[in-house]
Amino acid sequence: MTALTASLATLPKRQPLAFLILAAALWLGLYQLLLPLSEAAVAALPIARDSHLGGALQFFIYDTPKVLMLLTGVVFVMGMVNSYFTPERTRALLAGRSEGVANVMAASLGIVTPFCSCSAVPLFIGFVQAGVPLGVTFSFLISAPMVNEVALTLLFGLFGWQVALLYLGLGLSVAIVAGWTIGRLKMEAHLEDWVRDMPKTSANFEAGEVTLADRLDGGFAAVRQIVGKVWPYILAGIAIGAGIHGYVPQDFMASFMGKDAWWSVPLAVLMGVPMYTNAAGIIPIVQALLAKGAALGTVLAFMMSVIALSLPEMIILRKVLKLRLIATFVGVVASGILIVGFVFNAVL
Amino acid sequence: MDIQVLGTGCANCQATLALIDEVAQAKGVAITLGKVEDLKQIIGYGVMSTPGVVIDGKVVHAGGVPSRDKVMRWLAS
Repeated sequence: MTALTASLATLPKRQPLAFLILAAALWLGLYQLLLPLSEAAVAALPIARDSHLGGALQFFIYDTPKVLMLLTGVVFVMGMVNSYFTPERTRALLAGRSEGVANVMAASLGIVTPFCSCSAVPLFIGFVQAGVPLGVTFSFLISAPMVNEVALTLLFGLFGWQVALLYLGLGLSVAIVAGWTIGRLKMEAHLEDWVRDMPKTSANFEAGEVTLADRLDGGFAAVRQIVGKVWPYILAGIAIGAGIHGYVPQDFMASFMGKDAWWSVPLAVLMGVPMYTNAAGIIPIVQALLAKGAALGTVLAFMMSVIALSLPEMIILRKVLKLRLIATFVGVVASGILIVGFVFNAVL
Repeated sequence: MDIQVLGTGCANCQATLALIDEVAQAKGVAITLGKVEDLKQIIGYGVMSTPGVVIDGKVVHAGGVPSRDKVMRWLAS
């Protein structure tokens, strides 16, 4: 490694702020160049631009780096934000607050707090032990996997900011209302006995020494882990989108997933329950459905159902929740998603 | 040095175990490395995000796979 590359490699550690500003400027510059670059690339190939293949190729060549860049940028920033909103801090913010406000806070914090399905149980217990109300914990548990930055970024990159904003708003609403509803039902008795017998802990915490360089590390780690894991799905999704874009006739899906088929929303939610993929994995399917006439409300409902009501997570939660509580959870969230789907189809 | 990795067996937990093992071998540091998969024990440490790392009884990390730098710092002390 030459001296220059060596010093560049340690720039994030030595001058974190300078690195951030430089990286942001580079990213923005590159992003602006994507569209002209993709057109130039297709023009250089011996294919008619307005042919099916030309259209599909341009879509793929433009969208793939665009989405990957967006995702890398957003995941990096969220990785840094996550280093601030640890589960301990979130718990401290929520403990003992009155419901209603706490549900809104919990759902919002679910977006910025790092969450992995396998941590669902320790996190649930940690919250309960520190006195976070049951309904509030659920608001968090619904919002965290569902309203995540990968889903939002992909929706934004592939379908525009309106769709992303909609998903964000509706996802938060479902999390808030469902959590609050479960809280009203006073189902604390349906926690497994050993959970209720766990000792109470304090929600107070001491924030450790975390420097900006450490947060940058968190950003890098997030990109390695998340983008490193989902990029094949994204490529697949965009390839499918490109193929559909170029080849499949319009309105192909409209007949069975269009607005007029009232049963499409319940069907979509039902289909989503046993399915589970991460947010990126569902995007190829969403892409295919939307591009050819499926109603937006139905598709969003399907997407939420797949992510929020995941069978693996239910199985994990069975260790801490009795069956009736799990059933209530699924029922309330499914109803919320159903309503979202219907209202949305009606309004648009 | 006794290092325990807390986790219920998902990919991140395996990756953390593998990373610590590899760095320890590369640096020639003698450690006892173990897994804690029992939920009640994990919660007993007060960890809310797995994978967690406990060194000589003290929680040093929770949530996500630790960076190689971090692991090297732990093993250096």
